[in-house]
Amino acid sequence: MTVLGSAKAMTLCERMRRVAAIAATHADAVDTAARFPREAVDAMRHERLLGCQIPVELGGDGASVAEISELCAILGQACAAAAMVFAMHQIKVSSLVSHGEEDDWHRGFMVRVAAEQLLLASATTEGGIGGNLRNSICAIEVDGDTCRLQKDATVISYGTEADAILITSRAHPQAASSDQVMTVFLKDQYTLERTHVWDTLGMRGTCSDGFLFKGEAPAKQILPRPFAEIAAQSMLAHSHILWSAVWYGIAADAFAKAQAFVRAAARRSPDQAPPGALRVAEASALLQGVKASIVAAIEKYDAARLDEDKLSAMSFAVAMNNLKIASSQTILSIINHCMLICGILAYKNGTPYSLGRHLRDAHSAQLMISNDRILGNTSTMLLVHKQDTSLYG
Amino acid sequence: MPIIEDVRQIIASHGKLPVDVATLADDADLYAAGLSSFASVQLMLALEERFDIEFPETMLNRKTFSSIGAISSAVAELAPDEQVA
Repeated sequence: MTVLGSAKAMTLCERMRRVAAIAATHADAVDTAARFPREAVDAMRHERLLGCQIPVELGGDGASVAEISELCAILGQACAAAAMVFAMHQIKVSSLVSHGEEDDWHRGFMVRVAAEQLLLASATTEGGIGGNLRNSICAIEVDGDTCRLQKDATVISYGTEADAILITSRAHPQAASSDQVMTVFLKDQYTLERTHVWDTLGMRGTCSDGFLFKGEAPAKQILPRPFAEIAAQSMLAHSHILWSAVWYGIAADAFAKAQAFVRAAARRSPDQAPPGALRVAEASALLQGVKASIVAAIEKYDAARLDEDKLSAMSFAVAMNNLKIASSQTILSIINHCMLICGILAYKNGTPYSLGRHLRDAHSAQLMISNDRILGNTSTMLLVHKQDTSLYG
Repeated sequence: MPIIEDVRQIIASHGKLPVDVATLADDADLYAAGLSSFASVQLMLALEERFDIEFPETMLNRKTFSSIGAISSAVAELAPDEQVA
């Protein structure tokens, strides 16, 4: 269970606060230049946070989902792009921790991730699959002890900066498009040829360029479980929870600015309620809703992890999808409220109340895995799954 | 008609598999054969209609729909009056 008051959790948070302090000073430069948040990632390495999820016996801190979510929220308040890089890395680590622990090569790799503070990237999207990462066109070819893969990966976030890429493909050249595996390729085992440049409205520092990936590696680097299982049992929950924690961080920082703005006005004229005061109260309620949804999802995930049937049940997938929809939509309302409260000082760049970057970064939330696609999947499940109407179900 | 034959027929018409269902053994992995999560829901709906059953929440998971045999056992559990094989 979640024990965020523990000494371990407190030191994790302290370490991330030091990273956040560095990330905050470079956040605008990262955003303007759409460049990798190098200073923040170097600081994560320095604080040994890239391996925090790895079990203690393999050299990590054995951080829980709750603890990693808190870390994402802390960094999200400083630099959303750096926080998203951290979250995406941790989502990849979760696949190793949840599905690779019984396999010698993958255990050894986890030791290396913790010891050498390796940064892991993900290559699940592919040209021609229409955004559905549970389908692949490319197939991995196993030839004796070697595997080879070529993939038109339309997005590999921080691909050129990563030390290894976890990449999905069909399990073999005759496999159905949904019969997938995930393979770890180390930096010296692949080449990347850039095909798309990431020049976007927000989240500019994730450098989510597209690449033609060509790799060759020992076949034992293929994760031993089918990707369908990895996706359903760890990736879905980790993605929606950690992304939501980053988004919460963006909204929480916007809220802090708006509250500071109104408090400053109240101090100047203590006899008069400032015009934005009611909106701060409204935004506070919305922010609390996002926080409650994330905490509830973490508790649900912690409970379900003990039971494989619960993890693969529709009720679990519906709950995680609902978290993503709710948090991605609500943060936009919150930041918009904050913009109304701070007015032109929020709209302008370079003021203590600037919210342009927050708003632009937050707009990615509805699109990174399109909410329409997620709602489509949820609506299909709701044709057979009856939602639990109890309060503590 | 035995449940398993009905199940095979329903998979053939609603499973959207890229392979002929007749070539699949009762214990063959339907997901490996290309069953998508969307098609598995359509399959559930067709099975509920055909056998006049409702899958309880505990059965709405990957395992229940992982093979022709697993689906047939789930249906047999919910429709005890049907002929199993």
